[in-house]
Amino acid sequence: MGLVANESQLRGVAASDGIAIGSAYCYVPPDLTVPKRKPETNELELALFNAALVQARNELRNLMVERIGEKEAAIFDAHLMILDDPAFLKRIRKEVEGGQIVEQAVINAAKDLANMLAGMTNEMFAARAMDMRDVGRRILRILLSLPDCALSSMDTPSIVIAHDLTPSDTASLNPELTQGFCTVAGGLTSHSAILARNLGFPAIVALGDDLVESIPAGTPLVLDGQAGILFINPSASTVEIYRKKKDERENRIQQIRSIATKPAETADDIRVEVAANIGDLASAHDAVKYGAEGVGLLRTEFLYLDETQPPTEEKQYNIYRQIFEVLGHRPVIVRTLDIGGDKPPSYMLFPTEMNPFLGWRAIRISLDRLELFKTQLRAILRATEGYQARIMFPMIVDLDEPRQARKVVEEVEKELEAEHRPFAQDVPIGIMVETPAAAVLIDVLAEASDFFSLGTNDLTQYTLAVDRGNAAIFALYQPLHPSLLRLIKQTIDLAHSKGKWVGMCGELAGMPKAIPVLLGMGLDEFSMGPRAIPEAKFLIGKLDAEKSCQITEKALSFGTAAEIESFMQLILDEIR
Amino acid sequence: MAEEKLIVTHEAGLHARPASVFVRAANKFESEITVRNITEGGNAVDAKSIIMILTPGVVKSHEIQIRAEGSDAGQAIQCLTDLVQSNFGEA
Repeated sequence: MGLVANESQLRGVAASDGIAIGSAYCYVPPDLTVPKRKPETNELELALFNAALVQARNELRNLMVERIGEKEAAIFDAHLMILDDPAFLKRIRKEVEGGQIVEQAVINAAKDLANMLAGMTNEMFAARAMDMRDVGRRILRILLSLPDCALSSMDTPSIVIAHDLTPSDTASLNPELTQGFCTVAGGLTSHSAILARNLGFPAIVALGDDLVESIPAGTPLVLDGQAGILFINPSASTVEIYRKKKDERENRIQQIRSIATKPAETADDIRVEVAANIGDLASAHDAVKYGAEGVGLLRTEFLYLDETQPPTEEKQYNIYRQIFEVLGHRPVIVRTLDIGGDKPPSYMLFPTEMNPFLGWRAIRISLDRLELFKTQLRAILRATEGYQARIMFPMIVDLDEPRQARKVVEEVEKELEAEHRPFAQDVPIGIMVETPAAAVLIDVLAEASDFFSLGTNDLTQYTLAVDRGNAAIFALYQPLHPSLLRLIKQTIDLAHSKGKWVGMCGELAGMPKAIPVLLGMGLDEFSMGPRAIPEAKFLIGKLDAEKSCQITEKALSFGTAAEIESFMQLILDEIR
Repeated sequence: MAEEKLIVTHEAGLHARPASVFVRAANKFESEITVRNITEGGNAVDAKSIIMILTPGVVKSHEIQIRAEGSDAGQAIQCLTDLVQSNFGEA
């Protein structure tokens, strides 16, 4: 035999797209064998456990601070919750009282609870077994006085080969040096798979036990994360083919990234605004990251729910201010409180309602509870100083509501002036179009509105008389329903005839199947979940005025949502 | 004792963020609180345990029963019902 080993392949589950060409780093987790010892008193054993819990909490809190993404933080947050879990703690106590040393108690308790989860048929739930095992191993490692080192010793760019990677393992990993992952175990929803997708590493999971045995450290590898194939000792031609594929892929990604940072523009240079829907500070950061040109909808409910009393003006002011700072020069549309009997805060008494979606909600509450409304408007207006903010009222059905609401805004502005508190002048005030009543009345509402924004989630359910939370009629919730498209077109036409611009902040605005139609209708602003932005800009860039108008005309000629959907699928296949 | 039946409409079901939000809220109350999956059947589980709450496998459109027993049972049921119906605080 020569020095060059023959190429061989292993197949697994393609968990994260991408290509890696490099050499193997074999990860062996710390040895958690428990040395034999006699049990101490129950009190002492439990004291050891409690001390380990304290250290585990500290380690996890540190990881949450240091670590990369929001999802990672959520995983460690879940681990922190397990440390306080009554079922886990009860189980440990029982084991210790039954005469086990605490190390064994942790092993048994974690294993039983993890197995219970792993046995679930739904893969998403079964994957949580990993968190339980991981927490068990962390506590055990602390009890055995072993360091929390894991993968940190990797020092050259490598493809990580492991039996499985726990969240704690990957947290100690250097993303700069990691080219990809391959694991014996795992599935599409396993932690390492999710992490790889988040960080954009290629990964293959469920490669089987051969993996660890057949690959010594330093073995040359090619990882095809799309096909789920791992080439071991790849031939020169395999490496060549994959180097080419890798370059092409990187170019494509670069293209989409560069689209994300550019303003949205059609092929014939018509500018539209692609904005983000956000609901807290974290999503404001996402908006910037994914290339939002503004915020088409800042939901303010998060300030009100999960609380025991209404948020103070100061608290609201601080949070709005922080969000505006993150968005910088970008315009932000703040929607005033949109709560109702379906999501009441604990401190507000709601009447018993047969139909909370047709009940006391949104602007109806604001105009009835003027103190609550004024507090929010004061906080928003004060925060606008130096920024491009806009205010929007939800659930409008006639002209009287926005007139009244604007009057309250004027009062608040006078108050702030009298108190010499600064705020931006002439903040545009708009109406959220989410009732058919508002949609058909746009030309009239224009008197009291500087702009309009279509809230298609509610507009869909009110127009089609379909409760989107009702599983029995879920199939009837059709955002591409012909009635809805006509109503949207009519809204846009009426608004434009009055010289007002129209945005959309419902899910429809970010749906690839809807974007060409909406563009053809002349929608001015598309606001969506931050992650949908690059794709939306890409689609808009592929269309021009003539083509999108043709698409709209054709789409509006169909009589059912199913026909519109299949037509739009054809259009998408053609564009992409 | 207080109880309520309702349908979970969140995409994730009682899993991930909704599960942790729910368990955190349950832990604010003194009462003993349980959750049962009516759609799939099975036992009532401890609503204060992030592990146990996963075991009934509640996914979108499943109907659940929340039951509370203790001094603040009514409040607990009100709060948890609101939470589920508000899609766990997401619009």
